[in-house]
Amino acid sequence: MSLFLFPPADDPGPSFAALWQRVQPDVPLVTGALPPEAIRHGTTIVAVRHAAGIVMAGDRRATEGVSIAHRSIEKVFAADRFSAVAIAGAAGPAVEMVRLFQTQLEHYEKVEGAVLSLEGKANQLSQMVRANLPMAMQGLVVVPLFAGFDVRRGVGRIFTYDVTGGRYEETDFHATGSGGRDARTTIKLGYRDAMSRDEAVALAVRALYEAADEDAATGGPDPVRGIYPTVATVGADGFQQVGEEEVAERFAEVLARRERPGGRSGGDVA
Amino acid sequence: MTMPYYVAPEQVMKDRAEYAQKGIARGRALIAVIFADGILIVAENPSRTLHKISEIYDRVAFAGVGKYNEYDQLRVAGIRHADMKGFAYSREDVDARSLSNIYAQYLGQVFTHEMKPLEVEILVAELGGVPAEHRLYHVAYDGTVVDDERFSVLGGEADVIAQRVEECYDPSWSLGEALRATVRCLGGPERSLGPEDLEVGLLAATNGRRAFRRIEAGELTDLLAGDTPAA
Repeated sequence: MSLFLFPPADDPGPSFAALWQRVQPDVPLVTGALPPEAIRHGTTIVAVRHAAGIVMAGDRRATEGVSIAHRSIEKVFAADRFSAVAIAGAAGPAVEMVRLFQTQLEHYEKVEGAVLSLEGKANQLSQMVRANLPMAMQGLVVVPLFAGFDVRRGVGRIFTYDVTGGRYEETDFHATGSGGRDARTTIKLGYRDAMSRDEAVALAVRALYEAADEDAATGGPDPVRGIYPTVATVGADGFQQVGEEEVAERFAEVLARRERPGGRSGGDVA
Repeated sequence: MTMPYYVAPEQVMKDRAEYAQKGIARGRALIAVIFADGILIVAENPSRTLHKISEIYDRVAFAGVGKYNEYDQLRVAGIRHADMKGFAYSREDVDARSLSNIYAQYLGQVFTHEMKPLEVEILVAELGGVPAEHRLYHVAYDGTVVDDERFSVLGGEADVIAQRVEECYDPSWSLGEALRATVRCLGGPERSLGPEDLEVGLLAATNGRRAFRRIEAGELTDLLAGDTPAA
């Protein structure tokens, strides 16, 4: 690998993707074209905004058609210090997209000596989803969720995407993937303004539980193997992974409510 | 028809070296030291925004002295090299040795083939797992690479400053001690440098995956004053 120096008029600037395409035009950044049933799919991811930031969570199951391909896949990642990205859809290109996104943000930060704004990061991801559109047309759909703490405004923000790279800002919460609809409904019923971090974590966990209850492709908590969904928070202190014990406790609470006489819906709505 | 002058190759090289040395000597100096908790890089730099010290990758940092546009171009090329390598292979495969070799080849090539040599001296520092694995690669304007053992001094009056560091260097320095000692060496007996004259970068395992961070503003003032226990 050599030293990449370019004439000023022809410089790729702080974009890592542009640099890669200049230097390695034959190696596409995100690849793969297989029949959809042969590839791994990741399923339910959720994001909830609370008073001091955001909570993001994702189940751990990957499927290939109707079989379980992986029980402990990661779908929630730190994009950088103040943002998180979660993925649903074709696992291969999705994980590769996350890796590229992380590199892109860090590359920009190092070259420019300044961090991109949260909106700038969201737009970068939008371009990557759009670049994946030809593959999405072949069934390799990647739909990320992006959320982070906007350090300039001091609030948590959530962005969702569609396959065309369309970028939409959500005010309070969102969930996507095959179990996204059930997760979204659960959050909608339990959401309140200015929740605390702990309440938001509990709500995200419950949403994943309900999604796993209704959707075959979404994995629920697995106490036998000790596998629990990934939960992360982003606030003024940056990206933090929520410990497995805390997640396990929240699930235990959801289950305890279900065991009450006559309780089937996971307890109170509020 | 006029005949081109013959100039002996020795003379050409000597002239170029002198030219580069003059350019570098005009700039302020920079010291990097290996201390108890990592690698500390201290530069005399009155600008808060035009950096001499920068992050390259997880455990690799860059420092340059001389002409700003020239070493900044090398800094960006270094980040590109590291990110390309880390993306194509793995984060663990990015190291300072390979980068400093590429810098050396480029600087050597420019020195011998171009009209004007680059008026820069650069340092590629890498934080190892244990102090014995820390690396300081000092690359000169003509492509000469030196693997410094304990500390590196770049820029104007490097010899004098290196002598001062040699006299007081202690590998067991804490962060505060290392900072105060290097600042004294940079300033010399006549001058006293304050936080507004300095740019400070730190490579330490305690910073997490990205081991580089800047020491700025309040923290720098406190460390220079020796008020806070070394972190």
